[in-house]
Amino acid sequence: MTGFNFLTKSSFVAGMAAAWPICLGYIAIGLAFGVLAEKAGLSPWQIGLMSLMVYAGSSQFIAVSMLAGGASAIPIILSTLIVNLRHLLMSAALSSHVKKMDRSLIPLFAYGVTDESFAVNMARFANGDWDWQRSLVVNHATNLIWILSTILGGVSGQFIPPGAFGIDFALSAMFLGLLLFQLRGLEYVLVAAFGGLTALLIYIHLGGFWHVFFAPLLAVPLGVIVKRRRPIDQRRA
Amino acid sequence: MEYLLPLLGMGIVTYLPRLIPLFFLTKRQLPPWLEEGLAFLPAAILGALVLPLVILPGGAREISLIQPHFIAAIPTIIVALTTRSLAATVLAGMGSFWLVKLII
Repeated sequence: MTGFNFLTKSSFVAGMAAAWPICLGYIAIGLAFGVLAEKAGLSPWQIGLMSLMVYAGSSQFIAVSMLAGGASAIPIILSTLIVNLRHLLMSAALSSHVKKMDRSLIPLFAYGVTDESFAVNMARFANGDWDWQRSLVVNHATNLIWILSTILGGVSGQFIPPGAFGIDFALSAMFLGLLLFQLRGLEYVLVAAFGGLTALLIYIHLGGFWHVFFAPLLAVPLGVIVKRRRPIDQRRA
Repeated sequence: MEYLLPLLGMGIVTYLPRLIPLFFLTKRQLPPWLEEGLAFLPAAILGALVLPLVILPGGAREISLIQPHFIAAIPTIIVALTTRSLAATVLAGMGSFWLVKLII
């Protein structure tokens, strides 16, 4: 471990430039979370501590509503586990791109794996203009913004009116763009469409968060099978 | 203390799924079928995240298309495909969502 001298100015700038759409979305959601958590009786330092220790937006919302309803630790922890199992898949997919990372930094990198940082980093890795230093900046810049926004929401309330400038749609628009940029061939279109439709069905029937875990597990084999059945000369590079 | 216990548990069950695959898969050569599968994961995950966000607004369990999330998605998709720029896509999405909400 050589301290933080892996962090050059250029990887910092590139990481921040990639992270801003996530930051916009996190400010909106983080403020909303802080307001809700404060109403549920949490102090700003308790809110910040949760954002630091857990760092997972949807399960934090669920935990706060369960805490407000008087739930005990076990059901809160179990529902958090269920909601966040999907990160197993994201962590696995990221692993092939950060093989050069110093092993002592992997725990630090893993801490910052969210739906949003995963989507941005994978898109950039696929472009070929990305490295582990920049992805680490994305993970931790967004983490810092999340922690600060949730505390700020708890301290000062919702001073940005909900929905201002369409900020509530920032992350949806980002996911839409990143999804479209991922479609590098017919197999990818099939996988995304099948994953999306399966997720819809699972969500409509089960609710909760199972869809983001199981739909990709069903859709990915489809892509592998289709790719292997297509003659090599028809594949796109 | 009453607050720290659930927090600690939540932290652990959130961190382990993020850490375990990264920790164990970065140091080994994966079989080709797994490499191929992992390459499809982002498309599958993004499909599974996006479609419910856009046509099941606010976590509804019924499909609805006449609502700001779906309507704003259309110009967002057009801008994404024409500009291939994430910044333009995010700004176009926010702008159209804002406009649609003002009108509806």
